[in-house]
Amino acid sequence: MLVCSKLKKEYFHKTAVADISLELEKGRIYALLGPNGSGKTTFMKMAAGLVKPTQGTILYEDKPIGVASKRDIAYMSTEPYFYSFMTVESVGKYYKDFFADFDESLYRELIEQMELQRTDKVTRLSSGMMAKLKVAVTIARKAKLYLLDEPLNGIDLIAREKIITAILRAAGEDSTIVISSHLVDELESVVDSVIFIRDGVNILTGDAEAVREEQGKSIVDLYRELYA
Amino acid sequence: MEYDNNIPIYLQVTNQIKKDMIQGKLPMGEKLPSTRELAVQYQINPNTAVRVYKEMEQQKMCFTKRGLGTFVTEDPAVLSEMRTSMAEELLNGFVQEMKELGFSKEELITGILARFDKEEGD
Repeated sequence: MLVCSKLKKEYFHKTAVADISLELEKGRIYALLGPNGSGKTTFMKMAAGLVKPTQGTILYEDKPIGVASKRDIAYMSTEPYFYSFMTVESVGKYYKDFFADFDESLYRELIEQMELQRTDKVTRLSSGMMAKLKVAVTIARKAKLYLLDEPLNGIDLIAREKIITAILRAAGEDSTIVISSHLVDELESVVDSVIFIRDGVNILTGDAEAVREEQGKSIVDLYRELYA
Repeated sequence: MEYDNNIPIYLQVTNQIKKDMIQGKLPMGEKLPSTRELAVQYQINPNTAVRVYKEMEQQKMCFTKRGLGTFVTEDPAVLSEMRTSMAEELLNGFVQEMKELGFSKEELITGILARFDKEEGD
């Protein structure tokens, strides 16, 4: 559904992404793995259409990234992006105005599962609650491709389980999910495909089970070996 | 459920379901969750959940009724065979490791008997 070839992004003299070529398939959950600064976020921003590649192509359903692809791709960034006057409820309204595929009743359901209060101001939320809100509002969109940048970062165990449950519920035959993280072991059981990025290059991409078999080790061990 | 990252996840889930069947937590003929529910319940990838049922079906642990879902086997022979083979596997592993520690057959048997005496004494 998403095909990148020789993708490159330079910011002045700094190369954020050097060479990423890969294809995302329908119905899969990908772990986008790599240490800080390896190019995960820049890659996601390019797929979301927020950043233009310096070189290379990126196609969604055979067409360049643009207005049409943005309708189908839901991106969750690491930094919070809500206005300080907003409440949990008005974040939903805000999203509904922006995205035709936003499902309000699903959002309400997710909010309840995440144990968030609709009247809570976003400025009062703890970091764990904020993380849950971001995931809820993103996956309440009936998108085809979800790009979740660090949804599990800095979150306690219970909240993490809730987020993973919500992500698994959003997964379907027609939707694809990319989760970036450096918490590899949290994702080992959840994903079926892995993308390892180092210094802006995807050094290993493939089916998680096949990678385990070929390399004879778990994804966690492989991560240690590739980045240590 | 905690996963051992060195063993395929679908096998770990299959084994857990086997245990639930043997212990009667999942009675014969009971309807099993859909693959999506299974994925959420065990916090695993939906494609892994599909593989779990495929594996289970191959081992005749369950069967699918078209349009109705997946059900626990209704054949007691399958269940007892499952129990025997799981026990065998555990026993093999146990004996192997005890041998590696240098225990003889006699020491092993005495050890097991003492272990049971202690349990009954408690």
